[in-house]
Amino acid sequence: MTTARPSAAPAPWDAAQARAIAEGLKGLEGPLLPILHAINDRFGCVGDEAVRIVADVLNLSRAEVHGVVSFYHDFRRTPAERHVVKICRAEACQALGADRLFAEVEQRCAGRPVTVEAVYCLGNCALSPAALVDGRLLGRVDAAKVAALVTP
Amino acid sequence: MSLRLFVPADAAARSVGADAVAAALAAEIAARGVDAEIVRTGSRGLFWLDPLVEVETAGGRIGYGPLAPETAAVVLDGNRAHPLCLGPVEEIGWLKSQQRLTFARCGVVDPLSLADYERHGGLKGLRRALELAPAAVIGEVVESGLRGRGGAGFPTGIKWRTVAAAEAPRRFIVCNADEGDSGTFADRMLMEGDPFLLIEGMTIAGIAVGADKGFVYLRSEYPDAFRTFGQALAAARAGGLLGPDVLGSGRAFDIELRLGAGAYVCGEETSLLESLEGRRGQVRAKPPLPAVKGLFGLPTVINNVLSFAAVPTILAEGAAFYRDFGTGRSRGTMPVQLAGNVRRGGLIERAFGLTLREIVEEYGGGTLTGRPVRAVQVGGPLGAYWPVGLFDTPFEYEAFAARGGMIGHGGVVVFDDTVDLARQARFAFEFCALESCGKCTPCRLGSTRGVETMERIIRGERLAANLELVRDLCEVMRDGSLCALGGLTHMPVLSALEHFPEDFARDTAAAA
Repeated sequence: MTTARPSAAPAPWDAAQARAIAEGLKGLEGPLLPILHAINDRFGCVGDEAVRIVADVLNLSRAEVHGVVSFYHDFRRTPAERHVVKICRAEACQALGADRLFAEVEQRCAGRPVTVEAVYCLGNCALSPAALVDGRLLGRVDAAKVAALVTP
Repeated sequence: MSLRLFVPADAAARSVGADAVAAALAAEIAARGVDAEIVRTGSRGLFWLDPLVEVETAGGRIGYGPLAPETAAVVLDGNRAHPLCLGPVEEIGWLKSQQRLTFARCGVVDPLSLADYERHGGLKGLRRALELAPAAVIGEVVESGLRGRGGAGFPTGIKWRTVAAAEAPRRFIVCNADEGDSGTFADRMLMEGDPFLLIEGMTIAGIAVGADKGFVYLRSEYPDAFRTFGQALAAARAGGLLGPDVLGSGRAFDIELRLGAGAYVCGEETSLLESLEGRRGQVRAKPPLPAVKGLFGLPTVINNVLSFAAVPTILAEGAAFYRDFGTGRSRGTMPVQLAGNVRRGGLIERAFGLTLREIVEEYGGGTLTGRPVRAVQVGGPLGAYWPVGLFDTPFEYEAFAARGGMIGHGGVVVFDDTVDLARQARFAFEFCALESCGKCTPCRLGSTRGVETMERIIRGERLAANLELVRDLCEVMRDGSLCALGGLTHMPVLSALEHFPEDFARDTAAAA
């Protein structure tokens, strides 16, 4: 089954392993998303070669698989930086300065191996503003706290 | 008997340090050589007090919070005069005044112990459902007056009856746990704090309509809920609650947990079904309804987490018990989620009918920043903005609809007087543009045109003409969109414009 959080650093690309993942999950009813999650978690992204393999295993066209990969925010075409910071920019966090927080974090993380991206709701709306730093949820967060977690 | 301490493992509590508090407590227990056990629970939903630790005593559970690792030891001292001691948790007014049916066990039990679940009243509803004829089970749900808690408010029992009546070789139960609305977290809390309740509710639905397979579609932004619910499914199978012989009844039912991939629109039911089938999450035209032609083209019950979670209580206590809560056509209790710029945010489960003022002022205690409340948005990003002047509106489906809003999934987001409603209106279009599935033109293009027009308004350009354009655009999107994303974007935009017109005229003086 897929994981909700890539816990380890992504593995280097391995076509045989990607095919094994797809073969292992293809018996599910509606197997495409679970397969894409598993590949995305393992290798940090779903690249062109992965699309080709998944299409082959599921007997779909590459266009169909590409269409699904590109529809969902979670699936990356290229790997993220070493750290991933997702900052909630939805209304509850906006009410406590999420836009300013986002700008500050971007500024502090500039030049570092950090992917900073927006997310729309982490379900921590009573403890806004919220962020997800390398899969770890933070509430009542500020830029200093985030920066401290991604500084080498 | 050993001392029992309860520390929430809920994602929100962990986000402000509950794990570190639990570790500090464990170290202190070892250092003092005390005979004590730490139980990780879900959350009570009193988030401003988190990390909130409870200690079992003869006089009920005593709470301490908000704790930090440095102050955690206070729990072991038993000093009730300490400023961090909250006294008996169930006596805290904020909690005591609530009517917790769905969330009765959340924050109380060990979420992964089936024995704990049963000890606290769990499985009574399913046991009764297994004794009744399927039509009688559906009858109870219809009688209870339960309406969909996801946002649309469609009568749950009627949906089930349609699925049961459809001719088909197979039927499905699908739980919509794609809780994407900002300001909402009840589904997450429940799946982390009392997952067996959702499993029980879905199993009852399966028994009632003749489905042996259910799916839970959970958003990927909830990694903790994914882990806990996955473990709960395994425990339910091991305990005979799920599988080929549900509680020894000879009936089969099982649930598969699936993860979304970061698309707000997949909270729309037909788009969710597309996604489950392995396609782009694009909405389907209705009819046919999912109840007739749903997952893989087969009749499907698709309900929100809170709708399924209300069902065990209805079966256990009877339809009349549930229906007696609430008002008008809004029956039962509603878990309201209070969020944003608010002092005491969290989960408030009460019978329908509470006013916005009671929610924001009495429960919330005003804003966290200490500034005056200016607006609340109710029902997520597609819900209306409400001015303080309308705070006497009772929290129920019809009263909200009559004033141009909706309760949606029950989220209430508070803003102080620094909020700019013109910018919030622009954001509503921006969010729609970002999350539009692209299937229908009013939503796909209208959202982007809306952002552009709002920017002109914010800059004070040709104000009257551009405001007219926004109203017109809202009408087209409302009437011409396939689903609620494009179809409800007018709600935040026009409510902001109607109740806070001064924010839409702010720059004209400067521009003129």
